[in-house]
Amino acid sequence: MTPAIVTEGLRKVYPGSGRAAPGSGPGAPVAGDTIALEGLDLLVNEGEFFGIIGPNGAGKTTTIGVLTTRVLPSGGTARVAGADVVRNSVTVRQRIGVVPQRPNPDRSLDAWENLIYHAAYFGVPRREAARRATELLERLEIAGKAHMKVDQLSGGQQQRLMIARALIHEPTILFLDEPTVGLDPNARNSLWEILRELHSQGRTIVMTTHYMPEADELSDRIALIDRGRLLALDTPENLKLQTPDGSLETFFIAKAGRGLDA
Amino acid sequence: MTSAVSVSIPIATIEKPHPPVPAWKVFVALLSRDIRVARRELPFFLVRTIMQPMLFVIVFGYLLPKMGFTQSGYQAALLPGILALSLMLSSTQSVTLPMVTEFGWTKEIEDRLLAPISTDLVAVEKIVNAMIQGIIAALVVLPLARLVMGPVAGFTFSHVPELLVVVVLSAAAASAFGLLLGVLISPQQIGFMFSLIITPMIFFGCAYYPWRGLDVVPWLKYAVLVNPLVYISEGLRASLTPSVPHMPFAAIVAALAALTAGFTWAALARFRKRAIG
Repeated sequence: MTPAIVTEGLRKVYPGSGRAAPGSGPGAPVAGDTIALEGLDLLVNEGEFFGIIGPNGAGKTTTIGVLTTRVLPSGGTARVAGADVVRNSVTVRQRIGVVPQRPNPDRSLDAWENLIYHAAYFGVPRREAARRATELLERLEIAGKAHMKVDQLSGGQQQRLMIARALIHEPTILFLDEPTVGLDPNARNSLWEILRELHSQGRTIVMTTHYMPEADELSDRIALIDRGRLLALDTPENLKLQTPDGSLETFFIAKAGRGLDA
Repeated sequence: MTSAVSVSIPIATIEKPHPPVPAWKVFVALLSRDIRVARRELPFFLVRTIMQPMLFVIVFGYLLPKMGFTQSGYQAALLPGILALSLMLSSTQSVTLPMVTEFGWTKEIEDRLLAPISTDLVAVEKIVNAMIQGIIAALVVLPLARLVMGPVAGFTFSHVPELLVVVVLSAAAASAFGLLLGVLISPQQIGFMFSLIITPMIFFGCAYYPWRGLDVVPWLKYAVLVNPLVYISEGLRASLTPSVPHMPFAAIVAALAALTAGFTWAALARFRKRAIG
């Protein structure tokens, strides 16, 4: 299989305001620095549904941030769709779709325009963009909201608009950062179905979550991360085989020494 | 999301990798988004743009001369200043306010930061859009101000090349300044920005009096040189009412170019920092 994403020794340190310890050399950790990623190695295959799971502060959002060119790594490398996220960030952006943790639609535009202008940023011709927007809005069951201001959409509807936006330029890799946070069970199930269908079409999907059943339900493979390190990487079935009670939650606690809600 | 998902319409399927989109095409798309938003907000734009300069025109360009409190010739100094004010306020505000909310509050700039174009060009597009709005504002205010003031002695359109240079450079300097403010301040500091930065700039920007008039207060004459509005006002005087004493044209152009370069450099550096964590 061709890798869709490869990271090697990926590091991210958010600088603190403190000073380096006396006598430490250049580049030494500084008091107050937050180490978000500590040498993360990942390999995501083309067409794979890849779950990244970990508690709050594990480094999930930073990982997505680096892979989507929005966070500059402090060390290591990351290649997405064959392009380096730092040196060829524009190429990477061309090939990815991103669904953020919290919906961030363009509030000066209505739902329809959000899709049409986003498509235009990716060079999709207007007529083709309109065709895709119509399809996506219908498919995601927000066609009736097309010409409403996005503020008038519910949280779930905004989330679906974000999915439509992430898909309108037909990316090969789709990133979703905790997409079901704040959704009711119906909305979540509906989103799961959509994600399954996108996956069945051969799209690579990378999704973070701290909701174990979600990762279990959807992922081909799961990366368990905590404190910026990879703790385990395997299929949900294989991970569960490693615990007496066959639960991912138990496996995680055994590996990380804390639960997912910690 | 209560109903079952229908499967009749496929969600966009994957096609072959797309050829790279040329940067200019993305740039034009970003600009057309901003123009769409500006057109929708036209009534607010006009109020924001016209209100303040026109109130000054009514008081200083109509009432005071009518009452005999101003000397003849004052209007020739005032009219370019009013245009400078409109241009600067409109350029600056049309980029500062959206940047403050989109970066600091709603994070909605994200979709443009994910567009396949360099982050610097996303920022430059904001400057270009603000320049267009500033120039439109000046074009709207000019006939209105002229209408209220009546004939203005010494007003001429005979220096068009100089006028174009001054207008473009002024819009660029004001827009780059607006972007810098927009990426520097947080939503909570907007009120503070108006009281502490914009208002003093308006009053010490040589919009209501020519710079040479400050000969009477020499320290102030040099202190105001940090204010970009001074060069915009003087530049428009030099090209629209050249009979009013003004700064040397070359100095005005050099200052505006230097300010544009400096503000753009600083704004881009800060924009990059905020855009990419």
